[in-house]
Amino acid sequence: MPNKTFFWFFLPTGLAMILFIGLPIISTGIQSFYAQHDQVVKEVKKCDPFGCTVSIVVDNEETSKIREAKPLGKFNGFGTYTDRNHLAVDEIKKFWNETESFSAFVDQVTNLPFYKALIFTLTYCLFVTPNVLLLGFVIALSLNAVARKIRGPLIFGTILPMIVTPLVGSLVLFWMIDSQGIIGANIQNLMNDPYLSLKSSKTLTWITIIIYGIWHHSPFAFVVFYAALQTVPQEPIEAAIIDGASRFQRIKHIVLPHIYPVVTFVALISLMDNFRVFEPIIGFSAEGSAQSLSWLIYDNLVNEEVILFGSAAATSMMTIIGIAILLAPVLIRTWKEFKTAR
Amino acid sequence: MRKILVTLLFLLFGTSAFADCNIKSGSINILANDFPALRTFVETSKQCKGSADFKVTHSSEHNKIAVPALTANPSEFSARIAANSSIVPLMNQDLIRPLDDLVKKYGKGIQDSQLITIDGKVMAVAFMANTQHLYYREDVLKDLGIAIPKTYEEVVAASEKIRASGKMQYPYAAAYKAGWNLAEEFVNMFIGHGGEFFKSGSAEPNINNAKGVATLNMLKKLSELSNPDYLTHDSEAIKVEWESGNVALMTLWASRSGTLLDDEGDPNITKATKLTGPATVGGGNIPAATLWWDGFTLAKNRPDADAEATFRALAHAASNKKMVADAADQAVWLVEGFVPGPKSIGVIEAVKMGAKPYPMLPQMGLMHGALGSEIVEFLQGKESAEQALKDVEAAYISKAKEQGFL
Repeated sequence: MPNKTFFWFFLPTGLAMILFIGLPIISTGIQSFYAQHDQVVKEVKKCDPFGCTVSIVVDNEETSKIREAKPLGKFNGFGTYTDRNHLAVDEIKKFWNETESFSAFVDQVTNLPFYKALIFTLTYCLFVTPNVLLLGFVIALSLNAVARKIRGPLIFGTILPMIVTPLVGSLVLFWMIDSQGIIGANIQNLMNDPYLSLKSSKTLTWITIIIYGIWHHSPFAFVVFYAALQTVPQEPIEAAIIDGASRFQRIKHIVLPHIYPVVTFVALISLMDNFRVFEPIIGFSAEGSAQSLSWLIYDNLVNEEVILFGSAAATSMMTIIGIAILLAPVLIRTWKEFKTAR
Repeated sequence: MRKILVTLLFLLFGTSAFADCNIKSGSINILANDFPALRTFVETSKQCKGSADFKVTHSSEHNKIAVPALTANPSEFSARIAANSSIVPLMNQDLIRPLDDLVKKYGKGIQDSQLITIDGKVMAVAFMANTQHLYYREDVLKDLGIAIPKTYEEVVAASEKIRASGKMQYPYAAAYKAGWNLAEEFVNMFIGHGGEFFKSGSAEPNINNAKGVATLNMLKKLSELSNPDYLTHDSEAIKVEWESGNVALMTLWASRSGTLLDDEGDPNITKATKLTGPATVGGGNIPAATLWWDGFTLAKNRPDADAEATFRALAHAASNKKMVADAADQAVWLVEGFVPGPKSIGVIEAVKMGAKPYPMLPQMGLMHGALGSEIVEFLQGKESAEQALKDVEAAYISKAKEQGFL
């Protein structure tokens, strides 16, 4: 396609992307550099059905004056990014100087909310993405090999986890692993430990969420791989069969190279999706044991009665940067291939 | 079926029997939490709507909607049913209007004690009180010869005895779900130990001390006597546990007693379920519980005509003797003419024992949020009480700095 045609073709999409994705990101970025004005409080008498006390309230007259003068808030620079609830620069320096062994240092750092969430998010990505790719590929291969007659219903069954709303899917599993649920009670019997709970142990909660993630995301990989498998040319495969190549050799040397671009695509999308893991944490009520970056943003925006816009914006920006870093190797590779192809 | 029919007939009859309040114009839109007493309250106010437009949103997610919806101009809702804690963000952002003029003009039946005044201005009108208190299974305690516990130390001893008897594995329950619920349990227990959350006259945190450690240790002891999934259990979940007969002692909201003691579920358990006041802790004389009121507030960013119509409708319910007589089971009403029934014991005992109200401070929401996530690891046995409290204070300080409180 000539560049000019491409430009006009892409223009409407591009404008919509700038309007609905670009500008909000910029606005979030600006927001993350601001904090609330210093609160002006005053002592007043408060009375309710249980009696009267003297305590403080926010002085709205004074506050509205300051707000009108500077509606964005107090400029904070990277203050929100470096505070304890985010990158915790000062705390990490302090831990480094005070702790004696490296493991004690790691313990201290992973106790900080941002790093705790980052570690869970990365662990989730690291376990879920490769397993989703592998499982999706294996299912696609097996389904491609079964008789055409039963393929339809089988495919439907396989993509069911993706059709089920994430929250509903996680809730169903949540009830099953309850200490009185079918899985939970059986594991207790099996281990002979009446106090064993999948929900109270941090490790077991992580494992549950990761298994749920693989279950939920595999169908996506499967669908794409299955479609790609339909495009694999039959001639080279037949030739390989005549040459005596085993099934494994055929997959390794013919099928995989053919669908390689699709694998990259699925890996990219899965990584992006998994880095934003959120619903299973709510569905499993796992806030206590597992927090992800997306959950931190949610927590700042809705879980508190006071909304922390600056914190939420800073975490959002860092999530975007995190995804960019994760995707960088794949993107660079695609870019290089694109260049050589020209 | 018959019950539904009777209710429907009653509603029909009710609407025609009440003369409406002759409201000619304006539109009414109410945001409220979702539990039976509030539904009754809003229904009662609807009888008085006259020709005004009437809408209501009952949602347990009301806290998440309130501030954004009331910040809009004009605001989505003309009224918000709030409580001690949820009125604070509305005050902080200056989103609700003083009600003095309306109270003078239309608030004839409202008692003075119902008015929430801040700096001399009426900001809300309360209509019911709430608290968390103890529920116990009379049959289980009697069988084992256990007296009704008055302190949390006795609750622990009783629960251990029940467990040792083999009757129940996890005899105690409270809403320990990580987040708001768990933090609320900390707040109760800390107040029971005589703690103050902030250094006097400032927003500096004050929980990393002996009282804080004692609070955490008591929470831990209780959690060990609870279902191991306690970190995922909210009020609804422990109610279900109770109704399945797995629990003999429980700390739960007074406002839940209505559904706990209704006709659904095992009649033997319902019959043996008894209410008592909240427990004290650590030799203190005030209960380890906080008093709450529920009341209505009016949005500032809404035309005066809407505010007037809304106030008249809600004031009709907030001074309705028939409502409090008919729904005496659903709540401890603060409205004139309420005769406390057996389900009100918890709140009345709490007031008698001198329970403190939940602190109505502008920065309390941040402390509550920090508690909800930072004390979890202590309960899981992953860190010491001192470390957990240090984390809470540090998390709170960062948030308070961002919000401009420190």
